[in-house]
Amino acid sequence: MSEYIIKNGTVYDPKTEVKGEVKDICIKDGKIVDKVSSKAKSIDAKGKTVMAGAVEIHAHVAGPKVNEGRNYRPEDKLFTYQPGGKNTRMAGGFSIPTTFKTGYEYAKMGYTTVMEAAMPPLYARHVHEEIKDTPIIDEGAFPVFGNNWFVFEYLKNNEMDNVMAYISWLLKTTKGYAIKIVNPGGSEAWGWGENCTTIHDPVPYFDITPAEIMKGLLTANEKMGLPHSIHVHTNNLGNPGNYKDTLDTFKLAQGVKPNNKFGREQVFHHTHVQFHSYGGDSWANFESKAKEVMDYVNSNKNMTIDLGCVTLDETTTMTADGPFEHHLTTLNHLKWANVDVELETSSGIVPYIYDPKIKVCAIQWAIGLELALYSKDPMRTFITTDHPNAGPFTRYPRIFKWLMSDKSRQEMLKGFKNSDKVMAATTLGSLDREINFYELAQMTRAGPAKALGLTDMCGGLAPGMDADVVIYDINEGKIKDPEEIEKAFSAATHVFKAGTLVVDNGEIISNGNKRTFWVDAKVPTNTQVERDVQMKFLKYYSVNLNNYEVSDHYVANPYVIEVEN
Amino acid sequence: MDTVKLTSKVVPELYLEAEHISPDVFAGKSNQEIGDLSVHMGNQTYKISDYFTVEGKAGATAAETKIVVAGDVSKVKYIGMKMTAGEVEVLGNADMYVGAWMEGGKLLVKGSVDSFAGIAMKGGELIIEGDAKNYIGAAYRGDWRGMQGGKIVVKGNVGSDVGSNINGGTIDIGGNADVHLATHAEGGTIIVRGIAKGRVGGQMVKGDIYCLGGVERMMPSFKYDHTEEIELDGKKMNFQVYYGDLGERHGKKKGEIIYGKIYLTAAQPEGGEGATAVKSERKAKLSEKQLEQLATELKEMKEPSVQNVREYIKKTFGIDLKPMQVSRLIDSLSR
Repeated sequence: MSEYIIKNGTVYDPKTEVKGEVKDICIKDGKIVDKVSSKAKSIDAKGKTVMAGAVEIHAHVAGPKVNEGRNYRPEDKLFTYQPGGKNTRMAGGFSIPTTFKTGYEYAKMGYTTVMEAAMPPLYARHVHEEIKDTPIIDEGAFPVFGNNWFVFEYLKNNEMDNVMAYISWLLKTTKGYAIKIVNPGGSEAWGWGENCTTIHDPVPYFDITPAEIMKGLLTANEKMGLPHSIHVHTNNLGNPGNYKDTLDTFKLAQGVKPNNKFGREQVFHHTHVQFHSYGGDSWANFESKAKEVMDYVNSNKNMTIDLGCVTLDETTTMTADGPFEHHLTTLNHLKWANVDVELETSSGIVPYIYDPKIKVCAIQWAIGLELALYSKDPMRTFITTDHPNAGPFTRYPRIFKWLMSDKSRQEMLKGFKNSDKVMAATTLGSLDREINFYELAQMTRAGPAKALGLTDMCGGLAPGMDADVVIYDINEGKIKDPEEIEKAFSAATHVFKAGTLVVDNGEIISNGNKRTFWVDAKVPTNTQVERDVQMKFLKYYSVNLNNYEVSDHYVANPYVIEVEN
Repeated sequence: MDTVKLTSKVVPELYLEAEHISPDVFAGKSNQEIGDLSVHMGNQTYKISDYFTVEGKAGATAAETKIVVAGDVSKVKYIGMKMTAGEVEVLGNADMYVGAWMEGGKLLVKGSVDSFAGIAMKGGELIIEGDAKNYIGAAYRGDWRGMQGGKIVVKGNVGSDVGSNINGGTIDIGGNADVHLATHAEGGTIIVRGIAKGRVGGQMVKGDIYCLGGVERMMPSFKYDHTEEIELDGKKMNFQVYYGDLGERHGKKKGEIIYGKIYLTAAQPEGGEGATAVKSERKAKLSEKQLEQLATELKEMKEPSVQNVREYIKKTFGIDLKPMQVSRLIDSLSR
């Protein structure tokens, strides 16, 4: 493979603690190295910003619900199609782009690793087929465990060994990466037309509480030493006053110490916290509780969060939280799709317009940003939009702009129709903190990579790591207009994916060599779980066990992370 | 106002997509530049000048530009798409998507148009002197925002699904309307001067539909409420007002529930609960005697096909039944 040297760029790399020094970055054989030979191709990055490839910790970019969103929203693709080029295929869509557009757009923004946040195990094959069709970026997918009948029964009987054996089996069978929990118990209760609105609401029939489910899976995750912690979307999402449930959920992890060999320091990741930081008891007195939530996060070092920033766009909400989507369609009366995934989970989709003229939407926008600005540790706070739920991932540069420029935030706040009410319900107006480039690199690169247990592989520029390197045409010291931030981060001039130049002068020139990460966690043979799996398939599943497994040929360029325990 | 005249010189082999034929695009361009604008056919891109001669002159702005399209453009789509000002006049027939996503100005088609004319229209005036097919003033596929403003006038008949998801503006239909008129309406006004066929206002939440020639078959989810005198075209008329769609959610305004409304001309004496909206032709029916005769005839036929039986009925009794009726007759008589 070829050698490259990126000369004189201003480098921001939390992994090696480089805070904006002018430095050369050398690439050889797909890795970052200390030096290269004189034959290395040289790229001049003078006056430009150099960072590692960004890491997306939570986005819905592949699988049945994403595809159903594409299917039932042809209007989302209207006037967005771009014809194929020399190295690209036709691409279109806005909030739910085609797989190809997903790959291209992430790469153009300098993202090289992306995690699909909710994989229904029964439809894991579909998820992997779409991952295979998403070019350039490395991907992994989190199977959902929070409403799984096996998990319920084993946890109810306090059979931790069986829980771990089942987790290991399911990760291997679905080629999954981590334990995702969505509205624990609530999505199962939805099968009875009910929901679990607090973490102590028992699940119908199974008689287990969301708190027990989360605590049980957290314990199993640490006993197994998986690369990522449990990845939680807790109960009561999107309702006024839900911050109390969020804090109750956080407390489940209090005092638990991480156990793993991947450099991960958290035992608990809570996703799209914006949707979980609401005060008030109705939409009339709806307000931000970002400070209360972040006070807890700041003082508990064993947890991480991502934001779920509202971008004020027309988007498509989709989640395995089936009851929530029903709630949403009764609010906005737009079309609703709903699926029950047998023994595993449920799912719903509803289009949503975050209209800046509406007070609640503007407050949601403010909460997302407040969370980041209240954060004392950018290594534990990651920028996401919960794509496409709070907004499409293509709006990340706009969020960077808002976080980096108080001026742009103030302009937004003053421009709202209900400006006074929004300012009264939030504290964003009083926060003049501006995130700097180093903190941005922590929030989008080093932080998520560490939380995912990939800290020695991606999200940094230390020698030996994968050469995922991005050059942005912007100079931190010379920004005159906040719009420059959005512009520069929307279109990286150069992107390297594992040493291959994939974006050159803002154009896709290669489809790279994408990999699919999955975790092979070894546990002792467990004949009871093997038998239980067979019985459940005979008795309840609509498919045969042999048609369930994601066999190797489904997985594009697999990269297996083995966990010995 | 300056006028550009496009004259079709070749009828396209397939269908031509010509979204650039719009005052907004033509304004400020020379005839050479206009001729160089792209049109698509299948997966190929061509130039306007490959299919049209360009004469006259475009104005400096859209509002000062009028486009006259002459010749056979019955296979040209998207004429006047997204136009915001100025005028377009099509002398003959046009294909689909005439005036789609239109926001202003005036678009006149002297002939007939195919489906999707004026979809998701926001403003301006679209006049079709002939007939129009389906989905006029409707929403784009999957979208819930149909016509939102402006006015569509069709002097002839329209096809099905006209004004579906309409939430503003007016559609005035001179002739008859096929099924599924104003499905999912959340506002706007539709006037049908001929007969509206059926399934009018399904899932309608808000809005007004005037059916001057009656509705062949009213949806069961619409209920007669009262008779009201309303002025239409400067003439005061009595209308029977129906509320619906009762199967849908309805918002409240000042404590009163807002319904979608269908207005029928009150031809019959003052309504009342029993007033019928149906104005369909009486369904042809066989008498008892004829039925007996048909039953014996059926026994003699070895394998009575719908076609044969239908022809027999037509020949013997002089009644033309619909194939579905014949099929049901055969079923009931052979049992």
